[in-house]
Amino acid sequence: MMMRLLGVVPVVLGVVLLTFLLVHAVPGDPVEVMLGESASSADRMQLRADLGLDQPIYVQFGVYLNKLAHGDLGVSIHSKKPIVDLLAERLPATAKLALLALSFAILIGLPLGIVAALKVSQWPDKLANLLSLSISAMPHFWMGPMLMMIFALWLGLLPVSGMESGTAVILPALTLGFGLAAILTRMTRASMLEVLHEDFIRTARAKGLTERAVILRHALRAALLPIVTVLGLQMGSLLAGTVITETVFSWDGIGRLLVESIEKRDYPVTQACVLVVALIYVMVNLATDIIYTKIDPRVRFAS
Amino acid sequence: MSLKYWSVWVLALWVLAAIVASLVDFQPNQIHLDLILAKHSFGHLLGFDDLGREILPRLLAGAQVSLLVVALVTIITASVGIMLGMVSGYYGGWVDRTLMQITDVFLAFPGILLAIAFAAVLGAGLSNLILALCITSWVSYARLTRAQVLSLRQRQHVMAAESLGASTLRIMLKHMLPLLAAPLMVEATYSMAGLVIAEASLSFLGLGIQAPNASWGAMLRDGVRYMLIAPHYVLAVGLSLMTLVLAVNVLGDRLRDYLDIHG
Repeated sequence: MMMRLLGVVPVVLGVVLLTFLLVHAVPGDPVEVMLGESASSADRMQLRADLGLDQPIYVQFGVYLNKLAHGDLGVSIHSKKPIVDLLAERLPATAKLALLALSFAILIGLPLGIVAALKVSQWPDKLANLLSLSISAMPHFWMGPMLMMIFALWLGLLPVSGMESGTAVILPALTLGFGLAAILTRMTRASMLEVLHEDFIRTARAKGLTERAVILRHALRAALLPIVTVLGLQMGSLLAGTVITETVFSWDGIGRLLVESIEKRDYPVTQACVLVVALIYVMVNLATDIIYTKIDPRVRFAS
Repeated sequence: MSLKYWSVWVLALWVLAAIVASLVDFQPNQIHLDLILAKHSFGHLLGFDDLGREILPRLLAGAQVSLLVVALVTIITASVGIMLGMVSGYYGGWVDRTLMQITDVFLAFPGILLAIAFAAVLGAGLSNLILALCITSWVSYARLTRAQVLSLRQRQHVMAAESLGASTLRIMLKHMLPLLAAPLMVEATYSMAGLVIAEASLSFLGLGIQAPNASWGAMLRDGVRYMLIAPHYVLAVGLSLMTLVLAVNVLGDRLRDYLDIHG
């Protein structure tokens, strides 16, 4: 456990370094790109000094790290607000969206995967396979507008976009959730199929348990472990998916902040968004690993 | 010609379409002001877009861009990734530790986030798009190759070659690479499906090919804007993208089953 925690340190440092280098990947002069050609030379000097770009790169990195350690992500060039405040404003919306998407994915993917495994090679299995394959081939910027067209424009059940109404989160969450549900279905099916051949399932059936108890209490519990790992890893595509999904549905989260910052060439904000999302992902994976060792007695005793 | 191989046929069709579109000029950027958002008609199979440009030639031009990006990025990242993975797995030690640490950092960025960030700072355009995708997609090849090489090193034919004094390069290329081909091919296929989506995502965000040139992502973005009055536009682009991604994914599944690769 301690080793796993320590193992995160170099990764986090690497992530910080790579995001720091982002601004240096701007071709030409980043200050000129950000401010445009019409900016006065005083403004340029000011921004160059603010960003520390007039210093050697290793000094810049040191300053960047030091600021980061104090929770300072710099100031937005466009709105002049501290970036930490901007992120704090947007984070709850993204968290709400991601958690709801995750819940949808579990509610759809888990039952579908179990049914597919129980009816393997029969029509429910084939249907689940077809569904998960087609959904995997639908990127968020195609799934989102389709759901919007069907549920908001044709059926008029849900708001098209924005955040005013309480039900507005449903369509973006479904857009994000379906992709994850597709992966979860396949993973649950594979994992269940493996477990169903185990001796303890035969024992459970032999001692006269109801099929329901065999499946839910014995098989699913054992099958859940690889599923948790995959879920943790797939949180990455969920987090990255918020960028497109929030843009499609005008959902004011971190993903949309990232896209807006790109459009305004507000690179410090871009940098901060990428850093924060990557750090969240690192933490989610760390948490998954820890949960994994906690819930699996085999892993716990082995280590 | 069985239905079983439809994925191959769909893929072949798109490749053929892209090649034809690069040889024949279908004038994808020509504007017909009287036909803005017009639906399909005789001779204009898929209708017109919001600027009165015919959709079918633009779809083909978009396919050309998409497949070109996918092919170039795959060739570059597979070469670099396989090379780094081999060196890492074969030599082990600090080389391996350093390289794996670097791949860990790249893997810490979820999905296409890093590609979006790099495409954003590098600026729009085809070459920057390719560069951004290359920066982020060599990792999976390196990891896969390294893992395979680690187990291949213990194989008897490799040890025999070593004791006969074969050079490291010869061992890597003649004794290891052929055995790596199958899992790498499956990985490349899945990665290609991801690249089609990634290219479209970046151009959807306005980071890839610039107007007036066609790309599927940009076409989808425009199509969404008019989806209420002209659903034919967004449907044509979305379904094209879906068939291509689906075909490549199914091909990957088939290859995996055929080559009997697990995991």
